[in-house]
Amino acid sequence: MQYALVILLLPLLNFLVTGLMDTRWKARVAGTISTVAIAVITLLSYVTAYEYFTTRFQDGSYQAFIPFELNWLRFTDTLQVQLGLLLDPISVMMLVVVTTVSLMVHLYSLSYMKGERGFERYYAFLSLFTFSMLGLVVATNIFQMYIFWELVGVSSYLLIGFYYTRPAAVAAAKKAFIVTRFADLFFLAGILLLSYYTQTFDFTALTSGDGRMFGTIGSLTFMGGSVLSWAMALIFIGGAGKSALFPLHIWLPDAMEGPTPVSALIHAATMVVAGVYLVARLFPVYAVQTPEVLHGIAYTGLFTALFSAVIACVQTDIKRVLAFSTISQIGFMMVGLGVSGYGAHEGLGYMASLFHLFTHAMFKALLFLGAGSVIHAVHSNSMDDMGQLRKRMPVTHLTFLVACLAIAGIPPFSGFFSKDEILAAAFHFSPPVGWILSGIAGLTAFYMFRLYYNIFWNDKPPTSRHAEHPVHESPALMTLPLIVLALITLVAGFIPFGRFVTSDRGLYTISLDWQVAASSILIALAGIGLATVLYRRNNDKPARLKLKFAGLHEAATHRFYIDEIYLFLTKKVVFNSISRPLAWFDRHIVDGFMNLLATVSNRVSVRIKGIQSGHIQQYAWVFLFATLAIAGILLFVV
Amino acid sequence: MGESILTASQAYIPLEAYILVSLIMFFAGVYGFLVRRSVLLMLISVELMLNAADLNFAAINRYLYPEHSEGFFFALFTIAIAACETAVAIAIFINAYRNLQSVKVNSISTLKE
Amino acid sequence: MAQQVVFIILSLVIAFFSVMAVNSKHVIRSTVYLLFVFLATAGLYLLLGYYYLFGVQVAVYAGGIMILFIFAIFLTNKPIDYETTKLPVSKIIAALTAVGGIALSAHVVYYNIRRVATLGPIADLNPQQLGHVMLGTEKYNYLLAFETLSVLLLACVVGAITVARKR
Repeated sequence: MQYALVILLLPLLNFLVTGLMDTRWKARVAGTISTVAIAVITLLSYVTAYEYFTTRFQDGSYQAFIPFELNWLRFTDTLQVQLGLLLDPISVMMLVVVTTVSLMVHLYSLSYMKGERGFERYYAFLSLFTFSMLGLVVATNIFQMYIFWELVGVSSYLLIGFYYTRPAAVAAAKKAFIVTRFADLFFLAGILLLSYYTQTFDFTALTSGDGRMFGTIGSLTFMGGSVLSWAMALIFIGGAGKSALFPLHIWLPDAMEGPTPVSALIHAATMVVAGVYLVARLFPVYAVQTPEVLHGIAYTGLFTALFSAVIACVQTDIKRVLAFSTISQIGFMMVGLGVSGYGAHEGLGYMASLFHLFTHAMFKALLFLGAGSVIHAVHSNSMDDMGQLRKRMPVTHLTFLVACLAIAGIPPFSGFFSKDEILAAAFHFSPPVGWILSGIAGLTAFYMFRLYYNIFWNDKPPTSRHAEHPVHESPALMTLPLIVLALITLVAGFIPFGRFVTSDRGLYTISLDWQVAASSILIALAGIGLATVLYRRNNDKPARLKLKFAGLHEAATHRFYIDEIYLFLTKKVVFNSISRPLAWFDRHIVDGFMNLLATVSNRVSVRIKGIQSGHIQQYAWVFLFATLAIAGILLFVV
Repeated sequence: MGESILTASQAYIPLEAYILVSLIMFFAGVYGFLVRRSVLLMLISVELMLNAADLNFAAINRYLYPEHSEGFFFALFTIAIAACETAVAIAIFINAYRNLQSVKVNSISTLKE
Repeated sequence: MAQQVVFIILSLVIAFFSVMAVNSKHVIRSTVYLLFVFLATAGLYLLLGYYYLFGVQVAVYAGGIMILFIFAIFLTNKPIDYETTKLPVSKIIAALTAVGGIALSAHVVYYNIRRVATLGPIADLNPQQLGHVMLGTEKYNYLLAFETLSVLLLACVVGAITVARKR
């Protein structure tokens, strides 16, 4: 499977080619080259997946396989960094997810971004992102993962700030970069702690189940927890930053300033699940060595899911709704991982979480691309400007409905199966967690159908935009990816996922827990029903409801003031108490010293400038007196 | 003092007498250089000082090392150099006068900028 | 005895006219006084037995340099160009400094010059010897200095012309 290397190198090459390409070339050329390249590596990923899952099953489990490894950085004999490809069930699955969604987005963007300034720049960045994401996925060691992790952050920054002439986009890009970078600081600290004590970066070694290497780090304690727990918690914080978990979620809604296909690729399907992937990658360590951290992850995920689902119910910007929905779904995945144990049957949550990652990537990308199609037609992000679009945009409408049903958890769409497994695992872990999660699933169904009805049904009075631009269906290049993703969403639920990805890489047969399934379907239907009542036709019920829960509505509209708290913390607390004194110190003490030197030299120069008068007789005076003085001293003193 | 008179009454002129003459000449030059404002007069003062130095060279050579002639040649060369210096200096003065309409030393201070 | 008389006369002339040269209000008078100083100095060279030096002094200083000065004065000075503004304080200080300098130097001379120095037999170089020393390459010969001086003279001629010519 040496060809797997091509999957990594082709996007990099493509990035260089399109990035350095002369802008006089037709933009279309860049798009075509990139799309073809992505298509090639998508095909290669499928081949890799097929070959891996058919040939690497030995002794009852899938064997990790490293087709290529390079000794990249060699600091000392013990500190070396490798660069390579690690193929195991989750990385192969991620390869498929990333390349598929990336291909769809590439195709879609050919039409969506047509005529934009910087079209080839856009494709170059997309290629860079694809390269970094794939590198992250196949990383053989945690250091390589960190490097690609940062590259992913950079390409995300570049793509969010694609419309760099818009101040909002620039601010959003900066925010995303700073927040994720802040989290990555913890990630790095965790990596250093972990690898310092275990003497290795290597995932294979770390997850081999050999408990001896954690002997030192597990026995050391720091502030009530073992150092290993601290290290794993720090690594998780890094993952939480990228995956936009509370309280580091603030960047993701703002990241919607980027082009919509970018949101679909990066901020729905691939990059934001990097945190989930990271936890899944180190899952044996979490599950066996530090279960308390894993439980912390579960509760963080639970709170995040609830918190952002509530916010998603009141947002009016359709991309923001989807953004909060994404955060909520990632919370689901984190809960799935958190409640899981290690082993064949215990690892249900693990399997469910990655299954959900897979299905969510497809239907969330579909949702975003559908939203992009709508935005493309209506030229607005706000659902107040939409309505009655189901006849005008039939393809978008149908595919969007499929995705909504999938995320709401209605069988037979894919979301039902994966969410059901997560719920089952949660109930198995603790019934209250299960019930809360079920409630969140109901909220999900509600806000998704609120979105759906507002876009495609609600007979609101048409706004002026409709009159100027008659809304029509998007071109085929945009609807094709929608259809493909909708088809995947339709069938993905029937994939026997437990045969491919489990916590111990063995086999597991999924069996639907009908009790859980029935309750979750009922809750989802209740959510959909409520949304139908409230939003299908234009009426005053939502407004009355809004008045009734004015406080909650207001708070949720403002995203529970988390951004304000951050602003307060940074601007008022950090800037005032730390930065300002430091700035004062820098300005007055450090600069002051330099200024003092300059001022003294200046003053002295001004004073002694008179000596250099250019009047030769003054020089003569000085010279004469000095000579006489020296002569006198030599004669009479010495 | 009595010794000096005794020396003075002898049949030759003491070296100190020559040196005293050259000292007077030299410090007259120093005085002139310090107080006169005309560059020409300053140049005259410089010539006085140079001349005093010449006289010193010649006298000391003659009295202390009559078998050598270094002082003699130094005086000779100094005269030549003084001639050069005077020629160039006067050329500069003429040029400065043409530009500034003055040969006062205070007005020739623009070189410092 | 006659030498002493001549020396005293010359010394007085030098002292007097030196002071007059730097104190005169008219530049042209200063120049004339300077001429007297130069001539008296030439007389002292004669007294010392340096006839060649006497000749050079008269020819170069009293002749050449004087002419240069006079030309310069005619070219640069306005018809009536007195030294008017002068801080008497600085004059007095300069005078005192000069007198102090004389005193200091005289003190050094008085205590350091060997009194045994006597005027030996006259040892002037005749022009032939002079030529040999001037153009010789042995020890105490001055070919290098002579040639350097010739280059310097050339440079001065060129320089003076360049500086003084009208643009």
